[in-house]
Amino acid sequence: MTDIATRATHVVATSGGRRRHNGGGPRAGTIAAFLIPFFLPFVLFYLVPIAYAIWESFRVVRRTGGQYGTSYTTFGGFEQYAQVFQNTEFWASIGRIGLFGIVQVPVMLFIALIMALLLDTPLLKIKPFFRIAAFMPYAVPGVIAAITWSYLYSPQLSPVVDLLKGIGLQPDFLGPGAVLWSAANVSTWLWTGYNMLIMFSALQSIPEELYEAAKLDGASNWTIAWQIKVPIITPSIILTTVFSIIGTLQLYAEPAVLRQISSNISSTFTPNMLAYAVASGNNYQQAAAISVVIAVITFVLSFGFMRLTSKRAGL
Amino acid sequence: MSNQPLIRESRVSRTAAMSLMFLLAIYFLLPVYFLIVAATKPQGDLASTNGLTFSHFDLFDNLGTLFSRSDGIFGRWALNSVIYAVLGAAVGTLISALCGYALAKFTFRGREFLFSVILGGVLVPTTALALPLFLLFSATGIVNTYLAVFLPSIVSPFGVYLARIFAAAAVPQEIIESARLDGAGEFRTFFSVAFRLMTPSLVTIFLFQFVAIWNNFFLPMVMLQKESLFPITLGLYQWNGQTARAPLLQESVITGSLVSIAPVIILFILLQRFWRTGLAAGSLK
Repeated sequence: MTDIATRATHVVATSGGRRRHNGGGPRAGTIAAFLIPFFLPFVLFYLVPIAYAIWESFRVVRRTGGQYGTSYTTFGGFEQYAQVFQNTEFWASIGRIGLFGIVQVPVMLFIALIMALLLDTPLLKIKPFFRIAAFMPYAVPGVIAAITWSYLYSPQLSPVVDLLKGIGLQPDFLGPGAVLWSAANVSTWLWTGYNMLIMFSALQSIPEELYEAAKLDGASNWTIAWQIKVPIITPSIILTTVFSIIGTLQLYAEPAVLRQISSNISSTFTPNMLAYAVASGNNYQQAAAISVVIAVITFVLSFGFMRLTSKRAGL
Repeated sequence: MSNQPLIRESRVSRTAAMSLMFLLAIYFLLPVYFLIVAATKPQGDLASTNGLTFSHFDLFDNLGTLFSRSDGIFGRWALNSVIYAVLGAAVGTLISALCGYALAKFTFRGREFLFSVILGGVLVPTTALALPLFLLFSATGIVNTYLAVFLPSIVSPFGVYLARIFAAAAVPQEIIESARLDGAGEFRTFFSVAFRLMTPSLVTIFLFQFVAIWNNFFLPMVMLQKESLFPITLGLYQWNGQTARAPLLQESVITGSLVSIAPVIILFILLQRFWRTGLAAGSLK
């Protein structure tokens, strides 16, 4: 009632030409007052640190008069970057993370996709249960997830190890070859449900008429899923892939926790762990250069992947 | 006649689908179940009894030990986590809502540019910012204070992105116009009209930011040395690193882990629909 009334007055008033300064919108100062509470911290805690890291990465610490002279920082050009690229530990960490990403991301997203597709068919009962079970790990902090899994990997405490021994296997989840995949499992456990729900939400927004015809023609659920649904939700799959690539390159908490119980994880296991180790050694300029390199790789990979897939999908 | 094999096929695929989903559900639930079982056991039973079956029910003893250890430091960590996450998400949601509303409802020059800067911010991982922030904060002396963790946590570009979508969808332009004609200022219009219309979506933004801060580990680890400022994640990480020397800490790490995830999981199950709104909006990008 009042809504209609106010709308009516509004129409009358605007048609009467009662317009305020520059086209009826709020003043610039008012707009700024809405934007500044977000943009001030955004600039200070997002943009400035990025600029500062780039600035620091071009500086070097030098000493006057030999090893015991006073130190000072000065412009060093690409010296820090040259050091990053000559650092074998850096390349080793990139190699590990690359291997991790190439295996873990597709496996996780494939499971997520299968689950989302199944939840979108009439084949399942108790769907809310499956949905909650899969999404629940998202509520668990990475550190806590890694601590819990490390108990499940531990030869002394783990019921899983007991079970596998019972059927004659000798699992060593923390061994030199296995520990990377034990970390990958923690990531998969944490993020499958989250990715599944993003894909599932996209599936739910497909109007049913789109595959009604195919159904009447006798197409199986299988055909409908792979030939109709998957192509439609491709943007969501791309989005989850990009987020997963970004997450993989930032990996820190899970390997750091596993390092507490396994000697097979070094302090420079992932690029981020390397950056932290270097910063802990007070070599801030080198740490900044590593951070910038990780950020650039992240951007190149995620944008590269988006470009590549959107071209191929003809979007 | 042609119907018969079809039904049989669907029965087979139904069973296959259900079995696969049950296996996956076990995979997702097993660690949490293990944590629940382990949190109820006395320390001595952890290694000597099967990890998946209950033995002595010592949960309350374990909780007592957990909260009294080192002068009750765990309670302090829990409180810190609540402060960081609740206050941070509340302030973060408010500033995201103001910004998202302005981007959706006001027309001004540079609007699209600002929005694409924010979208770029969504792609910047917060871990990448932690080290440079540490360098900056050590120059200004904020390192090792509440503010060092709190201030960066309030910024959520994803929150602004969601707020813009939700404001565009939930707040009709006519209502804003008529409030203006009634002489209400822009802020009054926002707080008395738009805020209420946007409330369900603001809950969504709050929840996502709450979980992000609650789960955060790298930022507090980089920023804090003083134990009394730690959030739960960092505190348990530190304890977990000491279990080799002090094996009795194990039971407290396990019980503490359960205590730290239980409230969030409950929040999750109760507020399910808000999560789905956020994820659906995320998938539209």
